[in-house]
Amino acid sequence: MTVPSREDLLRELTPQVLGALIRRYGQFDGAEDAVQEAVLAATVQWPDQGVPDNPRGWLVTVASRRLIDQVRSDQARREREWATAAQAGPEGVPDTDDTLVLLFLCCHPTLTAASQTALTLRAVGGLTTAEIARAFLVPEATMAARISRAKQRIKAAGSSFSLPEGAEREERLRVVLHVLYLIFNEGYTASSGRDLHRADLAREAIRLTRMVHAQLPEDGEVTGLLALMLLTHSRREARTTTAGDLVPLAEQDRARWDRELIDEGTELAKASLAAPELGPYQLQAAIAATHADAATAEATNWPQVHALYLILERIAPNPMVTLNRAIALAETRGPQAGLDLLATLDRDERMAGHHRLLSVRAHLLEKTGDTAGAYELYRQAAKATASLTEQRYLESRASRVRP
Amino acid sequence: MQFLISMHINPAVLDALTDEEKAAIGDGHGKFIETIKKSGELITTQALVDPSQAAVVSVRNGQPAVTDGPFLESKEYLGGFYLVDCENKERAIELAALIPDAAIQGLGVEVRQVMFSAGLLDA
Repeated sequence: MTVPSREDLLRELTPQVLGALIRRYGQFDGAEDAVQEAVLAATVQWPDQGVPDNPRGWLVTVASRRLIDQVRSDQARREREWATAAQAGPEGVPDTDDTLVLLFLCCHPTLTAASQTALTLRAVGGLTTAEIARAFLVPEATMAARISRAKQRIKAAGSSFSLPEGAEREERLRVVLHVLYLIFNEGYTASSGRDLHRADLAREAIRLTRMVHAQLPEDGEVTGLLALMLLTHSRREARTTTAGDLVPLAEQDRARWDRELIDEGTELAKASLAAPELGPYQLQAAIAATHADAATAEATNWPQVHALYLILERIAPNPMVTLNRAIALAETRGPQAGLDLLATLDRDERMAGHHRLLSVRAHLLEKTGDTAGAYELYRQAAKATASLTEQRYLESRASRVRP
Repeated sequence: MQFLISMHINPAVLDALTDEEKAAIGDGHGKFIETIKKSGELITTQALVDPSQAAVVSVRNGQPAVTDGPFLESKEYLGGFYLVDCENKERAIELAALIPDAAIQGLGVEVRQVMFSAGLLDA
């Protein structure tokens, strides 16, 4: 292990400092702004003056001053409070890591997914509003308004700063994991253009999920999600060409997969399956691990992939899962079996005209030798997608089978 | 997800509105802008001059030719747009329904997802 950089240290301490402030002063909204300012002060001062012996205590003290500065307009009173806050110092800070509590708060169920992700990245991830805005390709003013609205909503909901108990805790944890999954996907599916910033989101999601996993190592779904992210991330170099074109799984150069991530992800995927209950992330991780285990696309253990999708379909029915199972079924029992399964999705209005259904059907038709049918469906799929990269890929597939 | 909500206006329909009705449209847009600014969904909005002021540019054999516009021979023209970033298409449609034009017969409000952008939001 290398010594964490100053930036890493700050990012790691951000949620802890924020948690300490909320415990002491109770107001999430003001505390969050104050912590951002303290972190900024640290980025300016630490390079010159060196990292303090107790960086966490330093940040808590500075952030407390800022917070009090915000809430007390009376000058004399402010002076007194400043002194008190400075005296309270790090000794008054409970030595608990509130990262998890904070994550639950940021993923409050009254917020939209867009607000949950933005707030999580700022309050727990320690990113600035400008950085988050860049990552999501919106102007900073738009992101600032979104974050400020989210904080108001949390305030209005009157949520207490503590971990929810029992069934509510389970339910809220699912929301947290979903938000982390969304952040990861936002980074992973990044395509042309400003992909660098967006790839950082995938790394950030992994970092945050690692933090959750460190606190809840026994939770199968947390472990499963971390495994799924690592295994998916291991393919990032191989999934696009240098020109930015998509490379499907079957055609990826597996030598470019990141072995270290695969090993860690596979271990975690195995460990997660030992949990008493099985959830969708564990199963998706197991599927990703099965793919990672195959030296070539031909060597893939498709019966196992199909069996895992079958279980996933039972515990979390979803047309996208059925769609993926159809691909696995086509590999084990031929393209017609896959097409027959796809036909059952035609009645599902969530899938009507969906580009994934069109493109998978096109792919299977191509395998049966119906190139005219495949051509038509690839073209329809290319029109239906909102991703430029995917459109280019589908158009190239269409050209290959043009009658 | 980003969506362009475009407003297709019909100058004849707008001309036939009373002053009160015109003022109500203006107020409605003002309120709408306030709403989506606060919610963190507005990226930008712009309104265009009357289509009679448009110029149509074409290049033939390397020579540019400019004629008076508009390009489309139509009763309805692009009057302006909102570029928004919101949760999903359902929400974009919900937002479009808040635009006063949507309640007026003869004016059209259209929602389309953005597929590529450059410039405004470059890092």
